Amino acid sequence: MVSTATSWRGPAAPASGPATGPDPTGSAPVPGFRDERLTGRPGESDELRLYRRMRFIRRFEETLLALFEEGVLNGTTHACIGQEANAVAVMEHLIAEDHVFSNHRCHGHYLARTGDAPGLLAEIMGKESGVCRGVGGSQHICAPGFKSNGVQGGIVPAAAGIALAAQLDGASRVSVVFIGDGTLGEGLLYETLNVAALWRLPLLVVCEDNRWAQSTPVAVNLAGSMAGRFTAFGIPVREIDSTDVMELRAAAGAEVEAVRGGAGPRVLLVHTYRLCHHSKSDDERPAEEIAARWPLEPLVVHGRRLTDAQRRTVDDEVDSAVAEVVATVRALP
Amino acid sequence: MIFAKELNETLRACLSADPRVVVLGEDIADPYGGAFKVTRGLSTAFPDRVRTTPISEGAIAGISAGLALAGYRPIAEIMFGDFLTLVFDQVVNHIAKYQAMYADQATCPVVVRAPSGGHRGYGPTHSQSLEKHFLGVPHLRVVAASLVHDPRAVFADFLAQDSPVLYVEHKLLYPQHLDVPDGGRSGDLLATRDAGPGMLPTVCLSAVPREDCVATVLAYGYQAMLAARVVERLAVEEEIFVELLVPAQLAPMDWAPVERSVGVTGRLVTVEEGAGGWSWGTEVAATVSRRLFRELRSPVEVVASEPTVIPSSKARESRVLVGESQIEAAVRAAAASTVVR
Repeated sequence: MVSTATSWRGPAAPASGPATGPDPTGSAPVPGFRDERLTGRPGESDELRLYRRMRFIRRFEETLLALFEEGVLNGTTHACIGQEANAVAVMEHLIAEDHVFSNHRCHGHYLARTGDAPGLLAEIMGKESGVCRGVGGSQHICAPGFKSNGVQGGIVPAAAGIALAAQLDGASRVSVVFIGDGTLGEGLLYETLNVAALWRLPLLVVCEDNRWAQSTPVAVNLAGSMAGRFTAFGIPVREIDSTDVMELRAAAGAEVEAVRGGAGPRVLLVHTYRLCHHSKSDDERPAEEIAARWPLEPLVVHGRRLTDAQRRTVDDEVDSAVAEVVATVRALP
Repeated sequence: MIFAKELNETLRACLSADPRVVVLGEDIADPYGGAFKVTRGLSTAFPDRVRTTPISEGAIAGISAGLALAGYRPIAEIMFGDFLTLVFDQVVNHIAKYQAMYADQATCPVVVRAPSGGHRGYGPTHSQSLEKHFLGVPHLRVVAASLVHDPRAVFADFLAQDSPVLYVEHKLLYPQHLDVPDGGRSGDLLATRDAGPGMLPTVCLSAVPREDCVATVLAYGYQAMLAARVVERLAVEEEIFVELLVPAQLAPMDWAPVERSVGVTGRLVTVEEGAGGWSWGTEVAATVSRRLFRELRSPVEVVASEPTVIPSSKARESRVLVGESQIEAAVRAAAASTVVR
């Protein structure tokens, strides 16, 4: 059964790639888009690449917020400013056949996974050429090896089901799901953890604890221990309080490889911080709390490993590349 | 062979023929084989792909969604249809949405099976027919088991298409024998199949040809079995001839067979076991009244259960749920009524 299970999937499609319908790249504004200025120059050091990828996500999010203020975007958006290191660190260890399920705050995860800035921007701008033709918008994104949905908790069993598919195929694919501290309030999470542990599914839960669920702080939302919620099911938790992409990359690597090696589900619990508002201009958090976190943000922390000249070069390259993406996408119908 | 066994054989055949089929549900593994024994023997034959789960309906639906997104064909059993409330978010915000919101880049062909319905004394939370709450969920098919539809054909259709499906199985159908029309007859009634393009067939049953029928009765599931008895009895004992239409799919509805029948008979009675109001029948009434306004000779009669909890006591339960007497009364009223315009 396992050996025949790949025949119906087709050779090229990843774990949960398109089963039907048009080729997603066929409708992309720039088919197969990949810009080295955003995702990494051949031969450059890991330190530079990681910085570049975080800068890319930061600049994309800042650009989106500016476009919102300009009035050219419809709906809403949830920026991940301050959390870029998590996405970049985890994606370092994934292969094309792995699958990522993300949530409402998915831009960083998507960009780190695919590099597809024009597809995402066109999507958020509601253009036909968007990665989901303008239907999904900011929170509902699909690309080979990547999906997101905007309902807390509900994505976790879907990721577990994708993990079960990998297990049934006898493949060593990993299914990763990104949740937040707010998701810990959803009961379906715990139903799924129980099943994932019982069936030893190749599922990595990355919990980004950014201290605030929309407007409600962890202290008001959460009784008991975060890690204890997972260990209660016998699921190992690696807890890390860091915005350092190098530390995070090492932690994520160990977790991804353990899951890939058949260790069953695992959790990477990252204590981090969201520097921007929840969606758009809805921030009542204490200004001094936010101010205290800016010196700890990932670009500052990791940026110290680079020279001023290196940072400036990468910053300039990313700025130009994102500006070109904006110009390209603006011109699309 | 009784319906439960037919369904069991159907699932076994699906698992055998298609390595993508996975069956999930509570207590479905051997030796128990499911609360209604529909999955008996399957976990022994397919241990990897027939999995008993914890009591976690949301996870059953959600894991099925992930399997389906990854190319599998999950069939999930929700032990009692009453517990469909626990999968509502997964169905509405996830399973039924993926294909459309991802612009056809993914499909999520989950089949959710739900043993439903009352008349067994199980009381308020184990007797309901909650399918009306799923009717009209965009991109979701709602299909009802009946004795005149071969589950093999129905499941072949599910597996051939990419839409998610809610399949409701009235519990009282399980011990009954299938009566799939064969050679133009089903029991003592004339039987034909009618379907719009690409739709599962609606089975049309009557004692005499449609042209001689004075009303159409539209009923599904167990209520269709009760309605068939009423149709037969009224024909034999009182020469009141009506045509019974038994659709497989409740939503989206295949209107063509209904229009063809009501266009001739001019009268329509709908029958469902779910609580009355805001229901399948009222939607049918609204649609038929609009489409066949000129052909209708009387208002559409909607038969449904009392909108209250379903009592455990046999006597009390039978006063709440639709039975043959309510169907018969509505058919008699429809057959006798003509509004002169």
